[in-house]
Amino acid sequence: MPTIQDYQSWPDAHGRFGDFGGQYVAETLMAPLAELTEAYLRLREDPDFLAELDRDLTHYVGRPSPIYHAEHLSRHVGGARILLKREDLNHTGAHKINNTIGQALVAKRMGKPRIIAETGAGQHGVASATVAARFGLKCVVYMGAVDIERQKINVYRMKLLGAEVVPVTSGSKTLKDALNEAMRDWVTNVADTFYIIGTVAGPHPYPMMVRDFNAIVGREARSQMLAQYGRLPDVLTACVGGGSNAIGLFHAFLNDSDVRIVGAEAAGEGIATGHHAASLAAGRPGVLHGNRTYVLCDDNGQITETHSVSAGLDYPGVGPEHAFLKDAGRAQYVGVTDDEALEAFHLLARTEGILAALESSHAVAQAMKIARELPKDGIVLCNLSGRGDKDVHTIAAREGVQV
Amino acid sequence: MSRLDRRFAALKAAGRTGLIPFVTAGDPSPEHAVTLMHALVDAGADVIELGVPFSDPMADGPVIQHASERAIAKGVGLAAVLGWVAAFRERDEDTPVVLMGYLNPVEIHGYQRFASEAIAAGVDGVLLVDCPLEEAAVLAPLRAAGLQQILLAAPTTAPARMAELCKAAEGFLYYVSFAGITGAGRLSTQDIAARVADIRAHAKAPVAVGFGVKDAQSAKAIAGFADAVVIGSALVERLDGATTAQDISERVEHFLGPIRKALDTPSSSS
Repeated sequence: MPTIQDYQSWPDAHGRFGDFGGQYVAETLMAPLAELTEAYLRLREDPDFLAELDRDLTHYVGRPSPIYHAEHLSRHVGGARILLKREDLNHTGAHKINNTIGQALVAKRMGKPRIIAETGAGQHGVASATVAARFGLKCVVYMGAVDIERQKINVYRMKLLGAEVVPVTSGSKTLKDALNEAMRDWVTNVADTFYIIGTVAGPHPYPMMVRDFNAIVGREARSQMLAQYGRLPDVLTACVGGGSNAIGLFHAFLNDSDVRIVGAEAAGEGIATGHHAASLAAGRPGVLHGNRTYVLCDDNGQITETHSVSAGLDYPGVGPEHAFLKDAGRAQYVGVTDDEALEAFHLLARTEGILAALESSHAVAQAMKIARELPKDGIVLCNLSGRGDKDVHTIAAREGVQV
Repeated sequence: MSRLDRRFAALKAAGRTGLIPFVTAGDPSPEHAVTLMHALVDAGADVIELGVPFSDPMADGPVIQHASERAIAKGVGLAAVLGWVAAFRERDEDTPVVLMGYLNPVEIHGYQRFASEAIAAGVDGVLLVDCPLEEAAVLAPLRAAGLQQILLAAPTTAPARMAELCKAAEGFLYYVSFAGITGAGRLSTQDIAARVADIRAHAKAPVAVGFGVKDAQSAKAIAGFADAVVIGSALVERLDGATTAQDISERVEHFLGPIRKALDTPSSSS
């Protein structure tokens, strides 16, 4: 039985993180989830599987990713040192591939020739299409029609990689609707299909499995900190949409009680305006997409439409482990607005020569806020979860620039 | 004995197959929601499944999702649905009403509050699609208040688990006739017949079969081996666009009438 003191021991056998998580799905999904749970629990202990995963993470993804001291940015901010965990340097340009490589290997071992995925910003879709090509699997990606418009480049990248991109026109036509649609595909085609969920949400075992595959980020960062700085950082920060890059960084540090943990959610146009995607900072416990977690919904329980300049954070729920860490007081979740994220994007570009993804720019903005409050010898470790090439059109359009 | 149990006992005594239509509450028209419920009974419904609209109906197909979206756009929520059931009960004390939907609206409403309001309105059971047996502890206040929890069983349900479902079943056990979402068209009658026979032999409650039933012929095929037939998407689709009480009642009668008749006509093979 997990204990609250050992944060790394969750979830329990039912996939629950305290009051959160679980398997809130229709009966038709219970058997596929049981099959997946059984296969994954076996594989996570299988030395052959782990060796194969490790080989691909090293030679295909390009791990380990460095931690980089952003000296000029730190000096500009005028506080603690800001270190960036460079997940943007991974193959395909974001942390997402850590998970898709892992799940594609699980799919392969389970004998499923077809993979499906949902995507918001398109990063998970690209990462899924990439590994499908790498392992010779057929790939179908569900994407909201609004997101397809926002992320044309990624849509084309997926097609170049041989994936079929299916536009989703129901509901708000964004990530949550793509997730609904992918779930339907899975229920219908479960015999030959593996569903690669891109974040630490969904029913058990997904929050656990996706976290495990991303936890390499924190494990690497923790040993890099000890090797290069002889100590752990004072504060960790990462952006939180569904929360996969954040839990990836946080997990290895959860039992290091001196390390403060801060998640940056998308506050959009400001939490007070209602146009945001800050489920933890401004939502309430509810049930969405197979798990109990914090959700953004109205008093009738209808999930509300969210807003963020970054498609990857535009999600009305959040991974259940983050809900658990919030209620346990182990992590704190705060909102970062569109404007703050864009300011951080520009500052990082000009001071360090790094174009961060708009999602990751939320984390950079939060790291700057924290660094300002800490002494010069303090260290803030920020997960730079993805690169911003995919966002240049969005930024140009927002700033009235014709590209 | 609950209203559901009484109704199924009466069906059994009469040797009839139950007809359970599903409609999304507030679709096609919130003003005529209660009229629609009475029309269903007039056309031969034995139990009414009333869908509580939810923004993210993961287990439903496009027909019911769109019906939910239309109802939500007109402001339909749990409180309105409970109001309609209470209004329906003014003229109908006998027809069981089961609310079908997703957990979040109930969770946000509050389990205790929902339980007492639903009982007061005259609701008999709930089918919360995303609340399988494993998570049903949250529904304790509902059961304590006397709401029966209708469980789903699926072709993919493993034998050991099916035994658990049969043991826990109350009201009726709802067997979804193919592994997929509501409203899609895959139905192998023989497969279903074999599974349902096995479930009926073990279940504590009657077995209703649904998902993919769309006309008298497909309903009749199931009637031979199920205690009741559930019809959802095809009916919801048929009602789309109806605006007057008369139009709604006529469409219901036109669609359900032949199905009721087929269910009540003895088949040569059974």
